[in-house]
Amino acid sequence: MDRAEHVDRAEHVDRAEYAGRGAGEEAWSGSGVAESWRTYRMVAAMWIRSTLAYRSSFALTFLSSLVATFFDFVVILLMFGQVRGLGGFSFAEVAFLYGATGTSFGLADLVMGSLPRMGKRVRDGSLDTFLLRPAPVLAQVAADRFALRRLGRIAQGLLVLVWGLVVLEGVEWTPLKVLLVPVMLLSGALIFAALMVLGASLLFWLQDAGEVTSSFTYGGNTMLQYPPTIFAQDLVRGVVYVVPLAFVNWLPALYVLGRTPPAGVPGWAAFASPLVAAVCCAVAGLAWRAGLRSYQSTGS
Amino acid sequence: MRLYATVAAGGFRRHATYRVATAAGVFTNTVFGFILSYTYIALWDARPTLGGYDMGDALAYVWIGQGLITVCGLMGGGFEEELIERIRTGDIAVDLYRPADLQTWWFAANLGRAAYQLLGRGIAPMVFGALVFDLTLPDSPWTWPAFLGSVALGAIVSFALWYLVALSAFWLLDGQGVVQAAWLGGLFFSGMLLPLNVFPGALGEVARMLPWASMLQVPADVYLGRYEGWGLLGVYAFQAGWAVVLLATGRAVQAAATRKVVVQGG
Repeated sequence: MDRAEHVDRAEHVDRAEYAGRGAGEEAWSGSGVAESWRTYRMVAAMWIRSTLAYRSSFALTFLSSLVATFFDFVVILLMFGQVRGLGGFSFAEVAFLYGATGTSFGLADLVMGSLPRMGKRVRDGSLDTFLLRPAPVLAQVAADRFALRRLGRIAQGLLVLVWGLVVLEGVEWTPLKVLLVPVMLLSGALIFAALMVLGASLLFWLQDAGEVTSSFTYGGNTMLQYPPTIFAQDLVRGVVYVVPLAFVNWLPALYVLGRTPPAGVPGWAAFASPLVAAVCCAVAGLAWRAGLRSYQSTGS
Repeated sequence: MRLYATVAAGGFRRHATYRVATAAGVFTNTVFGFILSYTYIALWDARPTLGGYDMGDALAYVWIGQGLITVCGLMGGGFEEELIERIRTGDIAVDLYRPADLQTWWFAANLGRAAYQLLGRGIAPMVFGALVFDLTLPDSPWTWPAFLGSVALGAIVSFALWYLVALSAFWLLDGQGVVQAAWLGGLFFSGMLLPLNVFPGALGEVARMLPWASMLQVPADVYLGRYEGWGLLGVYAFQAGWAVVLLATGRAVQAAATRKVVVQGG
């Protein structure tokens, strides 16, 4: 099943000019966001239809995506079969941390999970097709081969999160804490998504370096499943001040759990996740524009 | 024979071209090695002799795992995507008319790939892990060749398994589902997330008998000096046994698939 080619309308448009326009508007103006969203929806819908053409394969991929992420949690279950607490955290608390980062990462992965594929397109020059189309490039690349099976990851994250919340004991729920949970999930998703865009921007220069992004996204997700107390303090400081992954779940979740934040971070940082997410998105947007502007086709 | 040696050398060279990708891979494996090391430290702090490992053994296990991910194809054989694509597009018909056996061809190419991955992505994370963490090193110099032998057998079992996965595309056309399922099995039953000897009861016993055990658990235990003499021969036989069974199954499936190609006309 080949992707639909919409090059006809763009034939008369200068490619470089178009790339500049798409890049400039998609990130900043309101209409750019709306256009990006429309493009994203169209491309994603096309891939969903294509996925559902092989129904048995889709069922299998969806199931295995769900089970794959579940196995990841089985490891934590197995660990707690051997010990009562990990780094001073109970099973319910670890499940809460796990579910929160899993949901955020799943959301980001659903929307942006196709970005690593771009390295191949930069290398073989097929990215040019996207530049020719009269639509925002980031939206096209992100929706390319949109994989519906990634819903499995979100489902599993939410399941563990809800379960963690149910078995959690000794948390005094206030309206503020209740509100903080959805804010944490969305901000976390935005931080992960921004990292994915940032990583994809790098691909314009380093086509083969896609895996570096995984160490921050997948690796970050794995790290955040465990309490910050088990890691070296320098590593914790790194994900607070350098790559702000701690804002995905650690800082807000520790506030909900009534624990002291790590690495000498002030208490109000628990509420800073939306702000951090906004800054991350702005940085990612700038990096994407710079990358797109420096892009030169392979010429082959 | 010479043909396949050339193919293997080609597989090596081909992957050696992607230097940035290798560096990126080493970086990623090292980051994951760090994260896993800290979780294992927390676990072995609480249970110092878990699974018969001490802290140093557990840490060595982590870094061996990071080193072998690509060598033994724990999360993908590194060739199945390409083979599936050739089957899906019908290019496979061209391959079948070559005066070379399909399975042996891919076997040789993958051996070259695995050898490169061992040098390019296997050694660096292990050295890094050994510098930062206090991990167990072999007592005897003979452990190293014994370990390498086990790794080689693990890589062969991995190839045989992923080859079968790729061949499923002859029937399913879109191989993604099977690839995902195989990836899942590899991830969990190779012991990459948690050593198989920490798995409880029957789950552990079954896991240790499956082919995936030969890709990480067995080589790691050979490295940790758990098998010597007849014991070592025993685990080699375990790995070789799975390799023979899976390669033979691959042959049979290939024969059935080839007939199908002729019928379909590619």
